[in-house]
Amino acid sequence: MTSRRDFIKIAGVSLGGMTAGGKAAYQAMANTLEKNSLDPTLLNRTPTYCEVCFWKCAGWVYKKPDGDIWKITGNPDDYNCNGRFCPRGTGGVGMYYDEDRLQTPLIREGKRGSQYYRKATWDEALDKVAEGMKKIAQEHGPECVALFNHGSGGTYFGHLMKAFGSPNIAAPSYAQCRGPREVAFLATFGEGVESPERTDIRDTRCLVLIGSHLGENMHNGQVQEMSDAIDKGATIITVDPRFSTAAGKSKFWLPIKPATDLALLLSWIHVIINEGWYDKDYVDKNTFGFDLLREHVQNMTPEWAYGITTIAPHIIRETAREMANASPAVIIHPGRHVTWYGDDSQRLRAVAILNAILGSWGRRGGYYNPDTLKLPEYPHPPFPTPQRTWREAFPGKYPLAGLALASGLCDATIPALTRNCSIKGWIVDGTNLIETLPNQKNTIEAIQNLDLLVVVDTMPMEITGWADVILPECTYLERYDTVRTGPHRQPQLALRMPAVAPRYDTKPASWMAKELAKRLGLEAYFAWESIEELIDWQLKQVGSSLAEMQRIGVKTFPRKYDDLYFNPAESYEFNTSTGKIELYSNEFANAGFDPIPNYTPHEEPPPGFYRLNYGRGPAHTFSRTSNNPNLTDIMDENVLWINPKVAQEWGIKPGQEIWLKNQDGVVSQFPIKARVTERIRWDSVYMVHGFGHDDKRLTRCYGKGASDTRMITKVHIDPVMGGTGMRGNFVTFLFEPETMEAKS
Amino acid sequence: MRYAMAVDTKKCVGCSDCVVACQTENHVPIGYCRDWVVEVTDGTYPQLEIELRSERCNHCNNSPCVRCCPTGASHYSEGGIVLVTPNECIGCGACIASCPYDARYPHPDGYVDKCTFCIHRIKKGLKPACVAVCPTRCMYFGDLDDPKSEVSEVLKRRKHKTLIPEAGTSPQLYFLI
Repeated sequence: MTSRRDFIKIAGVSLGGMTAGGKAAYQAMANTLEKNSLDPTLLNRTPTYCEVCFWKCAGWVYKKPDGDIWKITGNPDDYNCNGRFCPRGTGGVGMYYDEDRLQTPLIREGKRGSQYYRKATWDEALDKVAEGMKKIAQEHGPECVALFNHGSGGTYFGHLMKAFGSPNIAAPSYAQCRGPREVAFLATFGEGVESPERTDIRDTRCLVLIGSHLGENMHNGQVQEMSDAIDKGATIITVDPRFSTAAGKSKFWLPIKPATDLALLLSWIHVIINEGWYDKDYVDKNTFGFDLLREHVQNMTPEWAYGITTIAPHIIRETAREMANASPAVIIHPGRHVTWYGDDSQRLRAVAILNAILGSWGRRGGYYNPDTLKLPEYPHPPFPTPQRTWREAFPGKYPLAGLALASGLCDATIPALTRNCSIKGWIVDGTNLIETLPNQKNTIEAIQNLDLLVVVDTMPMEITGWADVILPECTYLERYDTVRTGPHRQPQLALRMPAVAPRYDTKPASWMAKELAKRLGLEAYFAWESIEELIDWQLKQVGSSLAEMQRIGVKTFPRKYDDLYFNPAESYEFNTSTGKIELYSNEFANAGFDPIPNYTPHEEPPPGFYRLNYGRGPAHTFSRTSNNPNLTDIMDENVLWINPKVAQEWGIKPGQEIWLKNQDGVVSQFPIKARVTERIRWDSVYMVHGFGHDDKRLTRCYGKGASDTRMITKVHIDPVMGGTGMRGNFVTFLFEPETMEAKS
Repeated sequence: MRYAMAVDTKKCVGCSDCVVACQTENHVPIGYCRDWVVEVTDGTYPQLEIELRSERCNHCNNSPCVRCCPTGASHYSEGGIVLVTPNECIGCGACIASCPYDARYPHPDGYVDKCTFCIHRIKKGLKPACVAVCPTRCMYFGDLDDPKSEVSEVLKRRKHKTLIPEAGTSPQLYFLI
């Protein structure tokens, strides 16, 4: 047997061997793989990282004496969770035990949307997918197959798409979520915020949350650090029309009029500049365009903002003072889901600028410089160069989009004269596009134009009801996956391995992608025999191994440089056109957008209508968890928050079931119970996203609550990067379900 | 020895992780719980306050549930932890009716179940599952007789309260306010 000492020696050889071609060294390693990999059934706990949300906390799966899964707890070595999972991660066991899971491959018999399926073997299902992909490639080009993904499976299907020759790979987490923030921070600092966010909340003295409901969104590490900051006496300032949980922890809660945040941000910038409270040394040394900024905000006084935001001028000054006092240990948090009103990149630019003048970027208690350890890719032939890029899905639009837009690819599926080709095939992995993309009618129209729709999921989500082929994935507790490498204060790797064998006839995405590759003649891109071999090879390139990771779950590596924060004695070059932090953005100016943000008023609710705001509940991740038995036990439906004054006007009683109707006449499919609460402004209503499922196969959540996505029919698209602003929709109340109007 | 728990209402975000962790740790059937989260909102918009509390059995020094139990199934264990011995419990429900905190529930297997402060974990030197999992680290557990314990320290330092002290049960679940 290979001793641990020998084994380390082999790993050392492989690292050297890599640069010299590596194949022989790799072969030697492959031979030792069997000995180095532990048998999961013999371990009393197995490492994983969570797949219930994107935070990907690393943990341990414990088993019952009968060998089935008992519980999942956090790995104390993991920086994302520090040994503590959030309710969703703890309830992740429910994903495994959910008896409504997809259990076998299914092939459609009949029209799209009619939901007649027959059980199929994996060979049949995969043959059909490969055949469909080949046909589209021959008739229209491989670019006409698009991948929509959210989660780990995307790695393998993404690899397959690149090998196939399609650049159209999109995650709704960009254009439907955090895209504007990344674009704005890239334009300002030359770097994005990334995930997990590089916010140094742990050591901050002032945390400003703008519509960001930390604690209700259980972005685990951030919530933990907010709690640490509370312990250390940090000031929290929350800007939200709703008295969020975070607002309840705040020294200042600014109950802003919805859709006016940009005016508040500009007036804060005005105060901080005019009072001379900005970080002068930092601004002089590191920024570009300060004088232009100063001039730009001269008229944007707190008094000006008061008329727009309803926040009193003295509060604007006082909160600006708090931020300045804490500077540079201050975070104006960029938020995460920021696609609200269609000028989101500009709002996030204002957030970035405010951080910049307070000198918080690259500073302790502000934003740290994250580090990531990249694992080398398993050797494969070069990818073919696609004939068309993803930008051609929306010619001439959204010049600063940095990633493909899920909404853009969806639109590009509906034939139009402005494009020379439309997308003909979708592979949808782990994202319920019906509930993810706004304007469901548009999504369904796009689907009706497809030649092929393949859905990979663990649950019979609505999108599976439209699929031609459904490929049931096993849950994250039953599979290996790509090693987690996300950024943090120090680079870490985390392993996910199966705790148990897959239930039902389900398979991992890695296996599916490789099997499809075989059928498409692309085996060379998946040269590994098994995923264990792939992971072991990758880990050995960085001095670890599968066996080691199976024992420890998480491995921490040293930072490449000692640069967690900026060193005041050094000069830095930023990855922008001027090499400085751009308060005035040349990139925005060159693309024809405001180089410094301007406030523009947004549409207001018509009489009798209320702005529909939506957010997250701590026990759920989008619609992904809404059928989870453990988590539905905590929250099994969403409710509509209504201010008591509004409820009184309408005669709505607490708990009463009401239907919603939006400005376009679309009526909610199911009623939603009223939560009459002082915690919401009178001009808006609020619900947790991800409920109101209409697929009866989801037995626990079918018909529970209402779908916010259904009510979001008006989309305000951000011209800068194509983000889909979703908070410009207004609803009114119905006491009886109305028959669907033609428009819906 | 006197085990007690303190919950920091200033840090709790009401996420219910304590509930899910307790359910999985202790095999509590779905639909039942040994701990739960309470949200109390005060005031009118925009002058508002909110208190979030993770609640459970108060492991009272003077427990009505122990006193009223006809079979002795409800009893004090080490450190004052109030426990139920399932096979001595006849499921009469007297304890459920007597508890001012509504901390007990009838287990579908025919006995009354409740929080044990995860005594099986304490014996191994671990913290109760709810305390161990809490992302905000808002819960403190330990021995009040040990002045150096986490819970003793935090109660010395912080203003706190108990729930329904007027019931006279001498509850050992403290809330930091």
